[in-house]
Parts: sequence; C-alpha cells; structure tokens
Amino acid sequence: MDELTLKIEHLCSGFFTERGYVPAVDDVSLEIPKGKIVGIVGESGCGKSMIARSVMGLLKYPGRITGGSIQLAGKELVGLKDRQMQAIRGCDMAMIFQEPMTSLNPVQPVGKQMREALLLHKSVDKKAARDEVLRMMEQVGISEPEKRYVSYPHQLSGGLRQRIMIAMAMICKPKLLIADEPTTALDVTIEAQILQLIRNLSRQTGMSVLIISHNLGVIAEMCDSVYVMYAGKIVEQADALTLFDQRSHPYTSGLMASVIDLEAPVAERLPAIGGVVPNLLHLPAGCAFAPRCSRASERCKTERPELRELAPGHLCRCFEGGNA
Amino acid sequence: MEREVLLQATHLVKEFPAKGHKRVHAVSDIDLTVYAGETLALVGESGCGKSTLGRTLINLIPATSGTVKFEGVELTALSRRAFEPYRRQMQLIFQDPYASLDPRMTVRDIVAEPLETHRICQTREETTRRVVELLEAVGIQKEFMGRYPHQFSGGQRQRIGVARAVALRPKLIVCDEPVSALDVSVQSQILNLLKDLQGEFNLTYLFISHDLSVVRFMADRVAVMFLGRLCEVGDTELIYKRPLHPYTRFLLDAIPKADPRLKDEEKQLLQGEIPSPIDPPAGCRFHTRCPYATNWCRSEVPQLRELDGRQVACHMAGEI
Ligand SMILES: Nc1ncnc2c1ncn2[C@@H]1O[C@H](COP(=O)(O)OP(=O)(O)O)[C@@H](O)[C@H]1O
Ligand SMILES: Nc1ncnc2c1ncn2[C@@H]1O[C@H](COP(=O)(O)OP(=O)(O)O)[C@@H](O)[C@H]1O
Ligand SMILES: [Mg+2]
Ligand SMILES: [Mg+2]
Repeated sequence: MDELTLKIEHLCSGFFTERGYVPAVDDVSLEIPKGKIVGIVGESGCGKSMIARSVMGLLKYPGRITGGSIQLAGKELVGLKDRQMQAIRGCDMAMIFQEPMTSLNPVQPVGKQMREALLLHKSVDKKAARDEVLRMMEQVGISEPEKRYVSYPHQLSGGLRQRIMIAMAMICKPKLLIADEPTTALDVTIEAQILQLIRNLSRQTGMSVLIISHNLGVIAEMCDSVYVMYAGKIVEQADALTLFDQRSHPYTSGLMASVIDLEAPVAERLPAIGGVVPNLLHLPAGCAFAPRCSRASERCKTERPELRELAPGHLCRCFEGGNA
Repeated sequence: MEREVLLQATHLVKEFPAKGHKRVHAVSDIDLTVYAGETLALVGESGCGKSTLGRTLINLIPATSGTVKFEGVELTALSRRAFEPYRRQMQLIFQDPYASLDPRMTVRDIVAEPLETHRICQTREETTRRVVELLEAVGIQKEFMGRYPHQFSGGQRQRIGVARAVALRPKLIVCDEPVSALDVSVQSQILNLLKDLQGEFNLTYLFISHDLSVVRFMADRVAVMFLGRLCEVGDTELIYKRPLHPYTRFLLDAIPKADPRLKDEEKQLLQGEIPSPIDPPAGCRFHTRCPYATNWCRSEVPQLRELDGRQVACHMAGEI
C-alpha cells in the first residue's frame, strides 16, 4: 500500500443560504499517494474549488464542512481550530490560485513576503531565511532573484507572479501542493512553462500535488490519476490512462468529445453536451446528469446511482457504467 | 479560383499614447486580406494586438496610419457621415457576454435596438417579428423575450449577443474571443451556432482567439500575430501541419494535449516572457525569444513573403 499524503473520505461541504443548503461538495472521497499528481476536472460550479478550500481550511461563512474526514499524512484536519490549521497551512500544505494577485500582498516586496512566510513556520534567522528565499526563487526559474526579491507584485508579469506564488507555496517544503486552475489566466507558452515547473518540483521533492482544472489537456499532461466531478459529486475516477482510454461515464465522454483534436480531420460540427448544469438548490430526483444525458433511462430519472467499481481503481457513477 | 476580396488592410498601424511621450506599438505595419465568405482567424498571446487590429479593421477605432478598404472603398478616408452606411455591414461579438449586454434592457429590446437605430422595420410589430426570427435562429425561445440578461446562463447570453450582431445582416463579423469565457460543453454549442449562421446569413468572420484548438475548428485561414506584427498567414490545415515560423511552432507545441500518453514527451518550450509593446525589440520582434535568431534577425524586420503555399515573416523560415 502506498503511503497517502491526502485521504479525503465522504467529504460534504456547502453553503447555508437564505434559499436553503447548497450542497457544493457531496460525499467526495479522494486519495493522493506520496509524490503523485492527482487531478480534479469538471466545468465551472461543480465544486472543485470548494474541495480545495475545505482541505485548506479556508471556507468562509456561510460555507462550512458538514461531514466526512480529511487526513493529511495521517492527521485529521476536520475539526481543528483555526490556529491549528494556520500552523499547517503554508507549512505542510500550500495552495496556489488562478489569480496570484489575490494572495500576494500588493504593498510588500515579494521577497520579503516569502521570507516572512518562512519565518512564520521555521526557526531560522533572517539571513538564512533570505538565502533560502533566493534559492527557492532560483529553483522556480526566476532569473535575477536578487533583483526580483525587492519587486512589488504589480511590477511582475502574470507568468512571473505565478512563479513567485509557487516559490512562496514551496518555501516550507510542503507535503501537499494544491493548484487551483494555476494556468487558466496564462498564455499557452507560459502555461507550458508553469506546468513543467510544477511537474519537476513534484518529481524532485516527492511532493504530492492536487491539480484542479477544467482543461482536459492540462489534466492529461500532469496527472497520475483523475477524478471527474459533476454537480458536487465524483462521477468517475481512474488512473489517467484508463480514464482517457476507457471512459465510462457519459459526462466524461461528453467532455472528452468536446476537446478539439489538433491532428484528426476537422469535423463539420462539434459534439456538444446539450442543456446546462443543474441548480444545486433544485437537483433532479435521479442522476444529476440525467437531464443532459442522451442515454438516460426512466431509472436514471428517479434513482440516484452510486459509485461502482468497474475495475480495480476505476469507479463510475452510472447505472449503465462500463459501456459508454 | 479567384476569391473575392472583402476587406484589405495595407501598412496598417495603430499606436496608443503611453507614459513619458512613449507609444504602445499595438499594431505595426500590417498587410492583411479578408476574403468574402471565409473565416479568418487572428491568433496570438494576450497583448499581441488582436483586439486592436480587429477594431481598427472595421474602423471602430481610427488607424494611426495605413489604409483599410472594404469592398474596394477606403474606409480610412471616409468622413464619419460617409462611413455610416458601412458601419452596419461590420459587427462585433465580444468575449464577455456579461459585460456586453445592457442589464437594464429586456432581450427583445437588446436585439431590437440595432434594427430601430437603423430604421429597418416600419412598425413595432414588424420589429418584434424580426427579433423573434433572430432569437429563433440562435436557439433562444421567444417566450424569453421579456427577460433580462442576468436571467440567462453565459452560453445563452452569448447567443443573444450573436442575435444582436446578425440583426442588421452584416457582411463581416469580428468575433473577439467569443467562447473564451464559456465552459467547454457550452463552447461547442456556440461554435456550432456560429458555423450554422455563417451559411444561413452569408457571413464572413474575423475570428479572434488565443485558443488554437478552437481556431482549427472554425477557421479556413489563420493569421498568427506576435507583438503587433504578423508572423505567418495561410490555410489553417497547412499551417497546423507544417508551421514554418518558429513562433507558430512553439505555440502549437505548447498546447496541452488531451492524451496522457504524450505526458512524458519533453516539449521544447519557449523560454522567457513577451517583450513590452512600448519598447519592442528591433528587427524581428520575436528574436529575443527565438532560439534560431541571427544578427540579421536582430537588425532587420522580416517582411511577409510567399513560401511553401503560405506567407511567412521570418528570415530563417525554410532553413530551420
Ligand atoms: N457564497 C456562496 N453561496 C452559495 N453558493 C455558493 C457560494 N459560493 C459558491 N457557491 C456555489 O458552490 C458551487 C461550487 O463552487 P466552486 O467550488 O467554486 O466551483 P468550481 O471551482 O468547480 O468552479 C457552485 O455551484 C457555486 O454556485
Ligand atoms: N486604449 C488603449 N490605450 C493604450 N494601450 C492600449 C489600448 N488598447 C490596447 N492597448 C495596448 O495595446 C496592446 C495590444 O492590446 P490588444 O489589442 O488588446 O491585444 P490582444 O487582444 O491580442 O490581447 C497591449 O499592449 C495593450 O495594453
Ligand atoms: Mg474554481
Ligand atoms: Mg483581446
């Protein structure tokens, strides 16, 4: 059995709003073995960021974890006090976001911000901390680190800011890095650089990575295994090769069909998934995907399918699963 | 086959003032032809001047210098008044269906507005009838006419934006990143719609996108831009199969491929960042990032030239 960096079991979290409870994450279980890169893919609003924020302990009122367990290297996180979570955040696990500006302090030079993050968690003197920051900046491919050390975030390009974010996340050598759409705001040539960087850092340091993306290309290039989410639930999970080769859930198939191949002959029309994502406040009685599914039966409209194991490690939430 | 030219730009330049008496060289000396009935894509990374070129081409913003001809008429030389009849021939669809529709107007009024401004219909009833037809064409039920933009999903809002753009039966539509803000499944719906309408309304598209996959589906021809200049222009299939400009190659190579088998292939990545359009590099603007750059590239601007069935602006093309 591989050593698990992250083990999420039956996680439920959502929002208590005036109009009712919004079940943004519903009974999600997910595992990340040490040194592996695991992906969550799904369209906007399906609950990907909510999982990330639940793990990081960053949910804000009216959002809250309502059930389940999250273990980081064997240690239970659900139920910890804010102070205890703060000690873990940025130290044992760290997160990078789509828009680095949201988590960088605009009025402080980036080097100083990184040094302070380090001093908060590790007992080193200021000089040693500065050296470590410069070393980390170099490791994430920032040229002229001494010069960048004193730059303010707004003086940097989007790509450089994302590198700073990664350096900051890596500074305490976390066991787990959560990357929520880390390249969505970047141009494709810069995206490729950042993805390669994350992959190399994971290889070199044995760090586990949870990468969240709506882009199947990013998922295919990065992940050892993949979870597909729809309306708050995992609908399919498998190692990356199995998922791409033997996708079984109609939603997974639909997502993959909408990816435009760069080499295959161009089709006259693109396969599209009709309809729209359901409102989480008024989920259908049966399978949440049934209203958009071309293969839905009567049973799919009235009964909710459970995740079933099609093969070891390959799970699918569909009555028909196995013959998509 | 002789293709009919719809729009032609010659030595087109657009500069914006910047701090300290400097200028942003957003579009520099561009020659580009758009043929009637085709979809021509403009691709390149953010800030390379796609939107500016699109807007300058349809005279929505004035060119700094150079000319644009539409059906042989020099738009850049027309007075505001003389340009009026041409304005309705050229429409724009925006990336953000949230920001581009007036939140206080009903869908009926949003689509009716251009018809009313240009006095296309005689009566209110006739206008409404036209609006219903247009909404039907883009897949919005007429029952929804009285609703406001916020009551629709992103994809539906983009459909409404499309209905408004085709209302005046324009010849040319500039689609500026029309699906970039949408989820993939909805993205496919809108791309299919745009293709259907092209046939139905005889449209020519200038399709702006940073997404090369989308462009491959939509475009007959593609024009690759880098920092205000064109790198390569030609048939989509040819350019995707055999790109000659190093920048085109890097762009195509950088796209994350949805195939986990390719995961361990080491890509050759483009290093460095995009230079500033305020102080663009001399010579070829790509030379600071180009692994093949020579002294020639650093000193002399490469012009577009014919090579292997397309146009390419690279001194080294064909030899690298
Ligand atoms: N403050 C909030 N109140 C109620 N619902 C919310 C709130 N914030 C987010 N949600 C809902 O939670 C769901 C999950 O959101 P999120 O995790 O951000 O999705 P993703 O990251 O997959 O795009 C969405 O459907 C969203 O509408
Ligand atoms: N109104 C403006 N004033 C000053 N600079 C502008 C203006 N519009 C665009 N620019 C600059 O021109 C360059 C090209 O911009 P744009 O055409 O929007 O690129 P793209 O659409 O390819 O992302 C950018 O550097 C941008 O900052
Ligand atoms: Mg998100
Ligand atoms: Mg633009």
